[in-house]
Amino acid sequence: MLLSIVLVPAVSGVLALFIPGKAFRRLILLAGGIGHAAAVSFEAWTRRPASAGAWIGLDAPGLLFLLITSLLFLATAVYTVGYLDREANRTVRDRQEGFFFRNEPEAVFIGCLLLFLSTMSLVCISRDMGLLWVAVEATTLVSAPLISFHRHHRSLEATWKYLLICSVGIAMALLGNFFLAFAGHGKVHLNIDHLLSAGAALDPLWLKAAFLALLVGYGTKMGLAPLHTWLPDAHSEAPSMVSTLLSGALLNCAFLGILRGHSVLGAAGLGRFSGELLVFFGLLSMSVSAAFLINQADYKRMLAYSSIEHMGILAMGMGLGGLAASGAMLHAVGHSLAKGMLFLTAGQLLHIYGSKAAGDVRSALNTAPLVGLLWLAGFLAITGSPPFGLFMSELTILKGALESGRWGVAAGYLAALGVIFTAMARTVLPMVFGQPAEDPPQAPGPSRRGSPLWVTAPVMLLAGCILLIGVYVPPVLWRFVGRAAALAGGR
Amino acid sequence: MTLWTDLFILALVLTNFKLLATSRLAALIKTTAYQAVALSVIPLTLAARPWPLHLALLSLVTLAVKGGILPWLLRRAMREAEVQREIEPIVGFSASVLIGMVLLGMSFLIAVPLKLSVPMQSAFLFPGALFTTLTGLMIIVSRRKALTQVVGYLVMENGVYAFGAALAVQEPLLVEMGILLDVFVAVFVMGITIYQISREFDHIDTDRLSELKG
Amino acid sequence: MTGRISLIYWLSALVLAPLLPGVINRTKAFFAGRKGQPLLQLYHDLFKLLNKGAVTSRTASWVFGAGPVIGLAAVLVALALVPAGGIGSLLAFPCDFVFLVYLLGLARFATVSAALDTGSAFEGMGACREVQFSLLAEIALLLGFAVLAAGTGQLSLSDMFARLWSRAQASTNSTALLVAGSFLIVLLAENSRIPVDDPNTHLELTMIHEVMVLDHGGVDLAFIAYGAAVKLWLFTSLLVGLALPLHTGRPLIDLAGIVAGVFAAGVFLGTIESTMARLRLIRVPQMLLVAMALSLAALFWVLR
Repeated sequence: MLLSIVLVPAVSGVLALFIPGKAFRRLILLAGGIGHAAAVSFEAWTRRPASAGAWIGLDAPGLLFLLITSLLFLATAVYTVGYLDREANRTVRDRQEGFFFRNEPEAVFIGCLLLFLSTMSLVCISRDMGLLWVAVEATTLVSAPLISFHRHHRSLEATWKYLLICSVGIAMALLGNFFLAFAGHGKVHLNIDHLLSAGAALDPLWLKAAFLALLVGYGTKMGLAPLHTWLPDAHSEAPSMVSTLLSGALLNCAFLGILRGHSVLGAAGLGRFSGELLVFFGLLSMSVSAAFLINQADYKRMLAYSSIEHMGILAMGMGLGGLAASGAMLHAVGHSLAKGMLFLTAGQLLHIYGSKAAGDVRSALNTAPLVGLLWLAGFLAITGSPPFGLFMSELTILKGALESGRWGVAAGYLAALGVIFTAMARTVLPMVFGQPAEDPPQAPGPSRRGSPLWVTAPVMLLAGCILLIGVYVPPVLWRFVGRAAALAGGR
Repeated sequence: MTLWTDLFILALVLTNFKLLATSRLAALIKTTAYQAVALSVIPLTLAARPWPLHLALLSLVTLAVKGGILPWLLRRAMREAEVQREIEPIVGFSASVLIGMVLLGMSFLIAVPLKLSVPMQSAFLFPGALFTTLTGLMIIVSRRKALTQVVGYLVMENGVYAFGAALAVQEPLLVEMGILLDVFVAVFVMGITIYQISREFDHIDTDRLSELKG
Repeated sequence: MTGRISLIYWLSALVLAPLLPGVINRTKAFFAGRKGQPLLQLYHDLFKLLNKGAVTSRTASWVFGAGPVIGLAAVLVALALVPAGGIGSLLAFPCDFVFLVYLLGLARFATVSAALDTGSAFEGMGACREVQFSLLAEIALLLGFAVLAAGTGQLSLSDMFARLWSRAQASTNSTALLVAGSFLIVLLAENSRIPVDDPNTHLELTMIHEVMVLDHGGVDLAFIAYGAAVKLWLFTSLLVGLALPLHTGRPLIDLAGIVAGVFAAGVFLGTIESTMARLRLIRVPQMLLVAMALSLAALFWVLR
């Protein structure tokens, strides 16, 4: 039954790859998404604790990330259906440089989307570090064709960087797995339950080496600086719904790999070591993204750097532990929702204005009111303004930092958040406000101004969720993220 | 048994030097095939005879995939991208061999404190595996052609795999197969991407792929 | 007993050395489908040269005349340092391998000085190339000796080679093969064999060793040719001592075995020369770097 979470999208993906027919493919995409969501909800409802030593099982952090993934996929599935109607299988003229390019065959795209969902689910439910590794590598391979949907040189460059850097990083993570096995003197299987119960019997030197390798490896996939160099290119060149899944779901799943390692080290008494490393890389990511967000001219790259920032916040929160860790888990939820909303809106902005440069977009509120409003709301959400949910989580993390006396960390955290808010505001606000311009591309024709339902519905759904969390976090959600944080290694 | 293990690890180290010193893509691909041969035999030499079935099976599959299928994929990609050799690497060949010597020294140095607590009969396995991983990284970083970078990735995977060879007796067969499958698909996807890059750009020099900045 | 055998070996090496280039040339001729020079050709050449006079340039100084003499003397002493497999050498003392390398360096210095003394552009060019390659070759040679010293725990060449294959130590034996590979490359470089230098070329721009001795004639040239043959024997016997495990315990049998091994190695060298092409000059340092890498890898192996 648990396996159906992986099998349903996998089978749908294979069917979409091979069975022709546009309508069939759209249908299977929606069906795969809905089926996956149903399976996840069923499993969440009837949760049984996983038997110790099983290959797959669903625990709190896995379930949390799985729910986020499922919700995002549903939203993007609706978006994709309309998007493909508009874009697929045509020769398109590139608006930036003027050449013509083709898009990828729809079958490959939809098939890979579903397989992407399937592999991400496998990451969330695997309880064996080896299986986790296989699944993460599989997500890299399956998502590479998604990035190069528009077959032109920029997206190919982005795809190549993504493929190579992430594969090299994940090879390091495999090394980490082997180091974990060495730590157990070759007798402890790489199952999470076994590793956790072995605890202090594991060799500390090998454990530290293992965590370092896992951090570098999965951190590359997660986008922690300085291993983030593939992220801005990949997330900005991919079509918007792919960026949504990459930013909102994949980064979380990569983080799960690090968290498993963190929990093992915590059980062995080395939680301080891994926590400090996480805090360091988290702050570094925030600083690097702040630096690159200043004067960022491309609004999709801006969103990508914002993802790096938020992954840094996640790492920092988990590294601090305690209350901050619960805040980090809540933050994961909020970030995925807000980032999803932003990317989908960005996609519509790209369609309306025809350019990814922020300078080419003016007065969105007047030209396309709904989209402009959503873009503004998304900006406020992602930078942590009330009344959106990210404010709650960032505040919780800050509270956790201050309570444990980490003044320096808190100061750096606040400084980075401030710089990022200002930098993003400088890019976003001129896009939204101002007088409508006279000449294109800043004044798109009337045929482009309207936003179809398949764009606005998912975005408003996501916006509603993030607003909801901002206004009121239900206690059951607090308990859930608390348990997830505890299991993921927050002391 | 240690003698055979040592000999094959030595062969592994020598193939790494060959990889660093050659510029022809065909030679690079052939040398990774030789590495695969050495790699697949090492777990067998570490285990006591008679060899357990899953170990023999693993060695055979490793040999088939890393020694046969992957080089074949790479040769196909080489033909389609129509490249023969690395003309101007970022780090020249003499420098690469020198850096290789430094890396070998480093691997031996690092191995001294990290005594492997797994019952491993050979003291050369850790340095040899680490050296292979570092060679792979070196190749990725210092070469221009995308295909050479894929070879570097394979070498890196070989190095990491060599670490696992020590555990091959205990590690579940399924995971090892999964790793092999992943590497196979990785090279497959990379090969396709290289083909598309060569078609789009008319070259596969990755250092010229620098449009996306900032 | 050992002293006498070593003396016999040294004397027989002195006598048989000119035969080695003959063997190599005959092998090359065999590959080329020719009959080739007589095996004793070098003996005839030496005899002819010893009876000839020479013309010396008026601008050359005493260095020009001293070059061949010092070179030959150094190589003869170096030969006395080299053991014949398990049999000790005539001169043996701790760290004698350093002395050996320096003797070869002295010989090289004498040749290079004589070449520069002529003031000719070609010879200067040859001297330049020679020194550049020897720089790397010497390092590889010393590293190889260091491996042997570390592996066998002995400091004298005779002891090293005696211990080398008599112990059944796996790691030392495999490293001995690595060092043999490295020494082979050094041999090819130091003795101006293909793929480093073509001894049969007549184009000065492509020469390395030949061009340095262009202006010598008569007795000087005889000394140079004989010295080159002895040097070749020296390196070959080092190689054979590394690669062939021959310790029957009966000195005369060992001696015969080593001599036979040297000639067999000569055939092997002839094969290499016939099957390989000459390398571009920029590739030679790379090849020597590979020799260095082999020695270094063996060193790390032995030191663990």
